[in-house]
Amino acid sequence: MSVSGDTIREIAQLARLAVEDDELPALTSSFNAILDLFEQLQAAPTDGVEPMANPLDASQSLREDVVTETNQREALQAVAPLTEDGLYLVPRVVD
Amino acid sequence: MSVTDSRSLTELAQALANGDTSSVALTEAALTRIDALDGALNSFITVDRESALRDATAADARIADGSAAPLTGIPIAHKDIFCTRGLRTSCGSRMLDNFTPPYDATVVERLRSAGAVVIGKTNMDEFAMGSSNENSFYGPCKNPWDLNRVPGGSSGGSAAAVAAGLVAAATGTDTGGSIRQPAAFCGITGLKPTYGLVSRLGMIAYASSLDQGGPMARSAEDCALLLEAMAGHDPRDSTSAQRPVANYREQLAQSLDGLRIGIPKEYFGEGLDSGVAAVIEAALKEYESMGATLHEISLPRTALSIPAYYVIAPAEASTNLSRYDGVRYGHRCDNPKDLEDLYTRSREEGFGAEVQRRILVGTYALSSGYYDAYYKKAQQVRRFIAGDFASAFESVDVIAGPTTPGIAFALGSKTSDPTAMYLEDIYTLSVNLAGLPAMSLPAGFSQGMPVGLQLIGQHFEEARLLGAAHQFQQRSDWHRQTPKLELPA
Repeated sequence: MSVSGDTIREIAQLARLAVEDDELPALTSSFNAILDLFEQLQAAPTDGVEPMANPLDASQSLREDVVTETNQREALQAVAPLTEDGLYLVPRVVD
Repeated sequence: MSVTDSRSLTELAQALANGDTSSVALTEAALTRIDALDGALNSFITVDRESALRDATAADARIADGSAAPLTGIPIAHKDIFCTRGLRTSCGSRMLDNFTPPYDATVVERLRSAGAVVIGKTNMDEFAMGSSNENSFYGPCKNPWDLNRVPGGSSGGSAAAVAAGLVAAATGTDTGGSIRQPAAFCGITGLKPTYGLVSRLGMIAYASSLDQGGPMARSAEDCALLLEAMAGHDPRDSTSAQRPVANYREQLAQSLDGLRIGIPKEYFGEGLDSGVAAVIEAALKEYESMGATLHEISLPRTALSIPAYYVIAPAEASTNLSRYDGVRYGHRCDNPKDLEDLYTRSREEGFGAEVQRRILVGTYALSSGYYDAYYKKAQQVRRFIAGDFASAFESVDVIAGPTTPGIAFALGSKTSDPTAMYLEDIYTLSVNLAGLPAMSLPAGFSQGMPVGLQLIGQHFEEARLLGAAHQFQQRSDWHRQTPKLELPA
């Protein structure tokens, strides 16, 4: 199975990445080499096998629904590119 | 006099306790070595001179008043994937070049409580994606045994810094071999613990069902000392194992009499370099002479670990790295024209080529219509691989083989072909898929370069692995060999 440069552009759009025109051929070729590698999986007879999401087959641990963290807004926003009055600023979305 | 310091953590702790040296003296000496050698090695991304000397002064006071912890006053380094409060944590990426975390990773906090002095942050493949350290935004780190070769990756900086005698120990992380492979390439000892033994809180996420932090040092004894400090349940990491931490050092003196070592035939087939094979065979004979018995076993789905890993890890990475959007922290592009442009350009500028490739592959593997064929299929194969190990462990206690198919390769020799680089991970990936503990220890040399022996254990059997490695190191001095680094003129 292989994908075209157009498909790579669509995936890039989903992932919010831009692909420059001059990068596209090399990227498409390495992407398809990786998909070729993935084809080996198809030979494994996996019908009815439970997918393994956690290597210890552990399930999500739960805790009491109580407040354990203190407010650290200032410390956390100190590393933000742009804030105002405790809010993160982005370009205007709605006029 | 040698510019490097090849003393172990245990020896340094003893020297501090005896008053033969001070933490300030050790820290100043480490800073001097970094100044002299790291221009050539590039093993550090950030060196925290002032804070290290301040912590060393405080450590000396604690040693003087008798309140020292096991690592008090010993300078160590952290892989630049562990968040350090107030100290830039880049993860080897332009995306986080400006990121100073407001908190410490649990691993950092625990090693601090154990007394360690943090001297700096080590180089790595960007977001831990790579097997050579060549994917770092800060340039490649070099192998101290041969500056024209890679140190391995992704924890290449930690391995090179320890091998070169800049520090006695460093932290690493291992998602598909990123502690063991650089440890093998640089001739040091490294341990990837069982999934969940060491907290992932504050360890920047790559593939969350595979990532695990661990120690990198000269010897198994030093790794045991570090692991005692690093391991243990962390309520802030929901995948953290709820079990008491063993006293690993107490169990180093175990007898190997009757230890059943499984030798997977798939690890000795096509692709294994003959020089590496000879070193591993000699090491296994040494184990036999110590009373262990060798048994051929089969891990039949080893080859499938490569495609399974390279579906699962990028899929998890594509979701983990979606958080880098130029809004809350990290790189933000200049003058975004709208929100979409802000996201796309910040990510395009912030991530390097291999990271972008894995995000794209992972996004594809998770996308509608392909999920069953790729992600679900890979997770089913993952269960097969874990099952192969479980069957093998019914008749053996540990599994041994090479860590890598060859010695450290030349810089630039595999960068143009990502899939060739992926094949380098053949002996390490399956261990992460199964969540098992494994270590690499120095076993000899081929063409003047170190060779690593890999030991794989059952879940939470780190004590057995460390003991088996320690016994080997009592009978060999491969782990005491140091590279002859020339000081720049």
